[in-house]
Amino acid sequence: MIRLHNLTLGYDRHPAVHHLDLELPQGSLVAIVGPNGAGKSTLLKGIAGALQPLGGRIDLDGIGPREIAYLPQHHGLDLDFPMSVFDLVSMGLWRFTGVLGGLGKRGRAAVKDALDAVGLGAFGERPIGSLSGGQLQRVRFARLLLQDAPVMLLDEPFAAVDQRTSEDLMRIVLDWHARGRSVIVVLHDIEQVRRHFPTCLLVAREPIAFGPTSEVLTAANLARARQQAAVFDDHAAVCHQDDRPAVPA
Amino acid sequence: MNIIGWLIDPFVDFDFMRRALAGCMALAFGATPIGAFLLLRRMSLMGDAMSHAILPGAALGYLAFGLSLGAMTVGGLVAGVLVALLAGVVARSSVLKEDASLAAFYLLSLAAGVLIVSLRGSNLDLLHVLFGSVLALDDASLLLIAGIASVTLLCLAIMLRPLVMECVDPGFLRAVSPLSPLTHYGFLVLVVLNLVSGFHALGTLMAVGIMILPAAAARLWTRSLGPMLASAVLQALGGAILGLLMSFHLDLPAGPAIVLMLGILYFAALLFAPDGLVSRMLPRRTHLET
Repeated sequence: MIRLHNLTLGYDRHPAVHHLDLELPQGSLVAIVGPNGAGKSTLLKGIAGALQPLGGRIDLDGIGPREIAYLPQHHGLDLDFPMSVFDLVSMGLWRFTGVLGGLGKRGRAAVKDALDAVGLGAFGERPIGSLSGGQLQRVRFARLLLQDAPVMLLDEPFAAVDQRTSEDLMRIVLDWHARGRSVIVVLHDIEQVRRHFPTCLLVAREPIAFGPTSEVLTAANLARARQQAAVFDDHAAVCHQDDRPAVPA
Repeated sequence: MNIIGWLIDPFVDFDFMRRALAGCMALAFGATPIGAFLLLRRMSLMGDAMSHAILPGAALGYLAFGLSLGAMTVGGLVAGVLVALLAGVVARSSVLKEDASLAAFYLLSLAAGVLIVSLRGSNLDLLHVLFGSVLALDDASLLLIAGIASVTLLCLAIMLRPLVMECVDPGFLRAVSPLSPLTHYGFLVLVVLNLVSGFHALGTLMAVGIMILPAAAARLWTRSLGPMLASAVLQALGGAILGLLMSFHLDLPAGPAIVLMLGILYFAALLFAPDGLVSRMLPRRTHLET
């Protein structure tokens, strides 16, 4: 169970998303949807533990921050480093190898299987710098497969890949869900959300709606979300929402 | 004189040449792999600036105790670690990129160091500090250089995996392990240690040469990390031996001769390595099927 209590996240006192209350049971498959600048990525960063909350708290119910697998939107890899695809994917086994442990026969087999699962079985020896955008995204998914974390956070994983890659990777996401992992995915493709995600959070700097996807992604809610996506105000006043009496949701 | 004699006799006949050789071998095994990681992390210039940052510290040690190995080493280490940590903190916690402060560090440190040495010393001492004294290594200096090389190899062996992860995907290492800061600062400390080691042999102006030049050449020849490190060490050894021999036979200053030999290996790589200038000028071969 992941619980967000009146959570406010942001940078330099400016909230990107504020006053968020949410309960996600283990095994949820949740899409986060909202306009640009709605605070979707910030929310994932916060849950991943890469950003300290400005207010409120995140309760991970005993799951350590290192047990969360987080796929940032931008890969942040140094693709000029002389490294093979196999070695990059094998980083996903850090939990088992640690600093000094070898991969062993089983580790190598697991890396091979992960590469096969993302359709790059023949790419192990390629340098990471030689991959196309779609192939690189598949490689990042192979590494996620090996991390095998109870909670997976994916930030726009299909943003820059073609439809076939997107469908292949979506199958992997659904497989994680089927095996009881909690998967939270930031997405832009509303149709894809409707097709595959039972639960959806619509956010625009504050929660607009949360629940079953068909009830969240209504025309009225989406319109409200677009209006809320206000401009970033450098001289915003201090938010006093906490001082007001609680409104039933 | 035959070629074998040209290559071997100086080392057989002269103790100071054997000592220089031993010092250079230790530097090749310790400092060169560190240089390879500096290069891969795009911190080559940072290494250069830090080698200058060592100078005021070493110079203060010299001002207080004269040409004492211990005092200059401790002074250099303290100054180097201080600057490395400061630069690391600045790079990690502000919008300033590391290169922004490099030019300032470089010049200020060099100026301060030269000034401090001149307060007490002769021009000869200044030359010693700037260009090292690889042909005059005493027992203590040799032990220090060899000790630093051993510590470096041991630490690299232990921290290789997190260090590689910190180079390729620092965000991922931060996410899966609390070792990221330790890896980053541990590496910086190793850089400073090896710069001090190189400082004693090759001087503050040349110490980075044996770190970066062989690493750059090796990067051009190879496509994966293991072969790159091996090739860098071998080229550092070869360049150092050739440099020492040129210095002996042609009566040249040893430090610059070594660095120039390493430079020749680097230019050879630029020209003849698989993606080098020569292969680009050859008629283009037909491409393969997809």
